[in-house]
Amino acid sequence: MERQAVNRAKEAFLSGRTRPLEFRLQQLHALQRMITEKETEICTSLKQDINRSQYDTPLLELIGIENEISLAIEKLTQWAAPRQVDRNILTVSDEVYVQPEPLGVVLIIGAWNYPWAVTLQPLVGAIAAGNAAVVKPSELSEYSSLLLRDLYPVVTGGVSETQELLRLRFDHIFYTGSSTVGKVVMEAAARHLTPVTLELGGKSPCYIDKNCDIRIACRRITWGKFVNCGQTCIAPDYILCEPCIQGRVVECIRQTLLEFYGADPKCSPDYGRIINQRHFSRIMSLMEGYTPVIGGQTDASQRYIAPTVLKDVPPHSRLMQEEIFGPLLPIVAVSDMDDAIRFVNEREKPLALYIFCSDKKATKKMIEETTSGGVTVNDVMMHYTLSSLPFGGVGQSGMGCYHGKHTFDQLSHQRACLIRSLGMESVNLSRYPPQDRRRARRARMALKSPMIDLSKRTFVWAVIYLDTILSTPTTYNIILSQVS
Amino acid sequence: MSREQEAVARARKAFQTGRSKPIEYRIQQLKNLQRMFTERQKVISDAMKKDLNKSEVGTQLYETMGLEGEINLALKKVKEWAAPRPVEKNLLTLSDTVYIQPEPLGVVLIIGAWNYPWAVTIQPLIGAIAAGNAAVVKPSEVCVHTAKVMESLLPLYIDKELYPVVTGGIPETQELLRQRFDHIFYTGNSAVGKVIMEAAAKHLTPVTLELGGKSPCYIDKNCDISIACRRVAWGKYTNCGQTCIAPDYILCDPSIQDRVIAEVKKSIQDFYTDNPKTCPDYGRIINQRHFKRIMALMEDSTIAVGGDNDESDCYIAPTVLRDVKPEAKVMQEEIFGPLLPIIPISSLDEAIKFINKGEKPLALYVFTPDDKIINKMKNETSSGGLLANDCLVHYSVSSLPFGGVGNSGMGCYHGRFSFDQLSHLRSCLIKQLKMEGVNNMRYPPHTPKKLGWARFFILNSVDLGWAGRMALLAVLAVVAAVVIQNYLL
Repeated sequence: MERQAVNRAKEAFLSGRTRPLEFRLQQLHALQRMITEKETEICTSLKQDINRSQYDTPLLELIGIENEISLAIEKLTQWAAPRQVDRNILTVSDEVYVQPEPLGVVLIIGAWNYPWAVTLQPLVGAIAAGNAAVVKPSELSEYSSLLLRDLYPVVTGGVSETQELLRLRFDHIFYTGSSTVGKVVMEAAARHLTPVTLELGGKSPCYIDKNCDIRIACRRITWGKFVNCGQTCIAPDYILCEPCIQGRVVECIRQTLLEFYGADPKCSPDYGRIINQRHFSRIMSLMEGYTPVIGGQTDASQRYIAPTVLKDVPPHSRLMQEEIFGPLLPIVAVSDMDDAIRFVNEREKPLALYIFCSDKKATKKMIEETTSGGVTVNDVMMHYTLSSLPFGGVGQSGMGCYHGKHTFDQLSHQRACLIRSLGMESVNLSRYPPQDRRRARRARMALKSPMIDLSKRTFVWAVIYLDTILSTPTTYNIILSQVS
Repeated sequence: MSREQEAVARARKAFQTGRSKPIEYRIQQLKNLQRMFTERQKVISDAMKKDLNKSEVGTQLYETMGLEGEINLALKKVKEWAAPRPVEKNLLTLSDTVYIQPEPLGVVLIIGAWNYPWAVTIQPLIGAIAAGNAAVVKPSEVCVHTAKVMESLLPLYIDKELYPVVTGGIPETQELLRQRFDHIFYTGNSAVGKVIMEAAAKHLTPVTLELGGKSPCYIDKNCDISIACRRVAWGKYTNCGQTCIAPDYILCDPSIQDRVIAEVKKSIQDFYTDNPKTCPDYGRIINQRHFKRIMALMEDSTIAVGGDNDESDCYIAPTVLRDVKPEAKVMQEEIFGPLLPIIPISSLDEAIKFINKGEKPLALYVFTPDDKIINKMKNETSSGGLLANDCLVHYSVSSLPFGGVGNSGMGCYHGRFSFDQLSHLRSCLIKQLKMEGVNNMRYPPHTPKKLGWARFFILNSVDLGWAGRMALLAVLAVVAAVVIQNYLL
């Protein structure tokens, strides 16, 4: 079944019909219509999967997708056009450009936490770049994947169907999910020399400086942490702050939680649930042995875990060993910003880093001395929403990036094109053998000359060109010997 | 700890000290590298002569001068390349600082090849240094003398902890591949490319693979065949055909095959005299194994020019094969030698079909004065790069990304592309802890009214141009501030 879908996609691509810009625009418009017309069904499916409020779905997923589609529609002609590059002396009369081209058949493997965003955003890029695409939504977000299947050609299924897909050959694989499976995907891709984009995760640290506006900082962090019940790849995973403000941080979070979800978040229509029993048990076990200062209540029948905060969490605890991906917010004490930087650098490179600090110099230092996929200062997650910023990880948090034009570029081949003419053969004469020491010496002299501010290699060709133009090499030699 | 493990550990420790990051340090190391090529030209050329029978001029022309150009470019541009790159903002981020910050990745592994050992090993190194990384350099053991020279010279000029040279064969390379790197840059063949990528997958290490394939060369019957053939002959027989972007085989109309053969023969005579064996500009096959491999490829085809050989010298004459069939041995793998098969093909469409049956090549050459033919070829095929009416030279334009697609590779480099390939381009959004009112529309408890506001602010459905957007924003900001303060809070 998987093989059939891939073959159909391959045939469709080879027929050439995904290439014309009109076709790509038509498909993008159709996708846009689908999102608009089926918004209610999409929201319902997410409520069933993860108890997400019907307002969060447009806010977090659909508006973003709509933006990506309109951006692609608006800019497609520009993105797909040949891109001129700098010429040099050698190529001044040639056409030199980079031509973006479709790769072929792209496999998009989605995730369950934002099933529409992480499946459709890559699809928008794939279509815009002129590819065919096989979409494999996550089986864990059952209702969403069934709905997507009704609306667009997809391959549904679980682990064995995905493994079957990964045995087949694609021209690019775009995977969103965990690092463990990311390795499996890359290994499978290696067998066919298929390039990959891996949007993975990790523990995104959140540093709160003691001299910033803690109330506002905590409001923003609370939103970012508990939206989608903590099941966001760029959720602030844990807080780093000095012990003296820990109490204040806890209080501000408590107040904000009251404001967002009321006294009993279980009754709030805006508070989500854990995707399934396995993850519920996983997150529960992370809490073992620690007493939370906020929350901690659970209800297995609903897969409900209250918004939970734990303080004075030791760095070696289980809570700090894996990405939480749930509504537990540990606070780890550090002595100062340098200590926080050391803490972050001792661990794998995260997908996002958050810094809450009013001191510009200190912020700059922290950015310079750490690395991460992306950074947002004084807020959380917002770098995701700006399509001119490439969104992706580094190290264990992923490779490649997307959003906006970056998706288009990621799923295209940038083909270098140099169009010369069969004239001007005299320019080429001195590259042909027999080569002699005279030419080489002239070339070397050209290298030493500081005259022209271009790549010296091209200046070498210019010198050799002059050499052939001047029909009296001896004169040239004399001139050079005067100069040197 | 094995020798390889130690070298990698030392490089990582040196990287963690932070000394490869400051721009001044990168510039100093690049300048030292530059000095090495100026001062040690003779040693480098002597080793190349022993390995590949490359003449001194040939070494300069095809290897070291190109590197010197890349180093100069990097020296001139590294500050610009490493600076924060501002990006376009949207309504919500207009008062924020938004940019992409290039950062070093860490420890890069560079695995070189033997055909242009300096070019393909040092060009990535230039990019690695410019981007602020540490780099473990593994030259190909097949070019024996050059590998030794690299091992002895590089530590004399550049930091030997940050940029160690690790020599060795397959077992040493395998040991290296077991270690963890932040990027692996490999130049070589597709079979080993797969092995490299599989090894990289275990650590989630990104890779750049510069591989190869059979680069087709289409000659239109209406072009200036004499000039076309001269350029093709130069591209083919330089370095005795051992170039990843050499024109692998020719596709042309049967009516011009004889003319093509005659012109190529003439060019060979012009370049390498009647006895290429004695010509200092004609190279040799790298070793016996490849000599035997290439000789076997000739077995089932008709020789039109050349064919003579001398196993003791690893010499194969510049050879042209005629009327070659698609099933012939010489068409089953990348030749990487001085055999030029000609496949008669009756039309451009046939040629395109033939090319698309094979794997995507590293380069595609088309010789024609007709732009329509060039465009058709370009639109209906794919390849790493496309060059019309010449061979090889797109390699030397550093503003063009050099790399493959599909089986011919992934990733690209040269010039700024090397820098970007070996950097992490980190998204940075610097906001302030003010204007919290604007954020209220994203916080629960959710209401339709709030969602309406969010849609208004986030949905970019109207394109007003820069001035229009600025004006609209100014008005909106005032309105929004007032409304939100009074009605939403």
